[in-house]
Amino acid sequence: MSDNRQQRAALPLAARDLYFAYRGRPVLTGASLSLQSGEVVSLLGTNGSGKSTLLRLLLGFNTPHRGEVLLAGKPLHSYRRRQIALHIAYVPQMHVTPFPYPVREVVVLGRLPATGLGRAPSRSDYEIVDIMLERLGIAHLAKRAYTEISGGERQLTLIARALAQGARTLVLDEPMTGLDYGHQLRLIERLCGLAAEGYAVLKTTHHPEHALLASTRVALLCDGRIDADGPPATVVIPSAIERLYGVRVEAHRCGPHTSFFPATTVADSSDCS
Amino acid sequence: MLSCIKPTALLLSALVVAIMLSLTLGRYPLPLADLGHFLLAVLGLETMAAERFNLLHNLIVNIRLPRVLAAVLVGAALASSGAAYQAVFRNPLVSPGLLGVLAGASFGAALGLLLSGNWWLTQILSFGMGLLAVGVGLGVANLFGRASIVMLVLGGVISGALFSSLLSIVKYVADPYNQLPAIVYWLMGSLALADLQQIGWISIPLLLGMAVLMSLGRALDALAMGDDEANSLGVPVTAVRYGVIAAATLISALTVSIAGMIGWVGLIIPHIARLIVGPGNMRLLPVSTCLGAIFLLAADGLARTVTTTEIPIGIVTEQLGIPVFLLVLHRVRRGWA
Repeated sequence: MSDNRQQRAALPLAARDLYFAYRGRPVLTGASLSLQSGEVVSLLGTNGSGKSTLLRLLLGFNTPHRGEVLLAGKPLHSYRRRQIALHIAYVPQMHVTPFPYPVREVVVLGRLPATGLGRAPSRSDYEIVDIMLERLGIAHLAKRAYTEISGGERQLTLIARALAQGARTLVLDEPMTGLDYGHQLRLIERLCGLAAEGYAVLKTTHHPEHALLASTRVALLCDGRIDADGPPATVVIPSAIERLYGVRVEAHRCGPHTSFFPATTVADSSDCS
Repeated sequence: MLSCIKPTALLLSALVVAIMLSLTLGRYPLPLADLGHFLLAVLGLETMAAERFNLLHNLIVNIRLPRVLAAVLVGAALASSGAAYQAVFRNPLVSPGLLGVLAGASFGAALGLLLSGNWWLTQILSFGMGLLAVGVGLGVANLFGRASIVMLVLGGVISGALFSSLLSIVKYVADPYNQLPAIVYWLMGSLALADLQQIGWISIPLLLGMAVLMSLGRALDALAMGDDEANSLGVPVTAVRYGVIAAATLISALTVSIAGMIGWVGLIIPHIARLIVGPGNMRLLPVSTCLGAIFLLAADGLARTVTTTEIPIGIVTEQLGIPVFLLVLHRVRRGWA
């Protein structure tokens, strides 16, 4: 694999004042969010708050009714689908296809934007795929059917595909959902490592603690707009959690880390001395 | 890469052998050696008595070749459109008739037989109604906004039901002594009416349609992952889906107008192909196409030789299809969880 890929920075992606409604029901009412090379941005929000909608607009699956999405300063809709795919990769929530594609074949689909639809993947495409499988520690799954591996392994397969795509911006929809504890922590570590290489990572999450642990920035989506956006320690605080989720929590610090516990039952489970 | 070439090359050779064998089958069995001598004589590499040559020419080229070519084309078209449909609708239980094309084409053919019995009119009506039925299905799917897969399937169900009921009306008003048996027999499928000239011109759109489907193999793999993902991989999802629907509809409607209703090929052949080369559509589509052609040649062979009178080929494919499908289900169940 050529080395210039390693060092390429992600193009800046920005949502400006997005409005979007599903059948007349407003979901986003002026949401703005930006994403730069080297960042891991966590998007927090309740169920139905429009997190997925915001991702869909940033990926260009839907067009906003007002406002615009800019990739490197140019409107996203002025790019061709395949050009967008060369810059932005999407890791969906876990899913299963009805056909038992081998893991390697799923990952090689990531080479589509580079090779085009008409051509079969070449040896060098498969080399890139094997490097990415190796890198995510799932090389041993290469020949296994995607339908028969575990949820965590599927998530890693989809991330490998996103990396094989060569895009430097990764958009992940609730990547932690369904992963066991160990996979969650390892995934967080991997995402941070990718950001350090110059990738830009945007993920939605339901866990304020994950957002705290593994982000360079956290954005809160509330009532259709970004309510707070900044360094994790200043955004993910008990008052924000109460505003967002309607539950009262207390923050407990332990070295560099913070945990939240429900305000009423703190007594038994607090001190981590 | 080698594994990509080998199954297709093997199947192509098998197809050639199957074609040769099919040409020897029939009421006057012909030894394979005679076929060989005839081919050499045609190529001018061997001399043959004119009388003998004319006899063989009549038997092989005029009588048997049209139906053998029809079997190859129809089987290949049904199997490749079935495989493409299964990928595009992300459902391994889908067959080419999903959007109503077979129901529409059957109605059109029955209408043609009712109105005149003219072979050309019957074929044109069959083809046209097949396209119309898919148009109705797509129209219903698009009535309520963006056509999702579920809406397309529902649209196909509605269109299929509509055209099946229209077919019932035609059957009801048809003269029960002449027209009704003709309609019923025609619906059971037959390759007996194929003639060489007609096969010649119909093969052009059929081959084109199959080429379009095969060229979309990689896009279909992406589509099998889901619309959003395919979109994020740079695949023009809507264009690919409608392209596949257009090509598959065109070729399946043509198969009905050549050979009537032939069921099961489009459903089971892709499954057998998947067992051989896996689900990747760049390999699956060509392999399905070859297998479909071989399967229909075999079915036609049986239809012609099992009894003294010919059995409608649709009956043979159903009788063969059910046990084969049960076997395949037993094998593939695992991957569908």
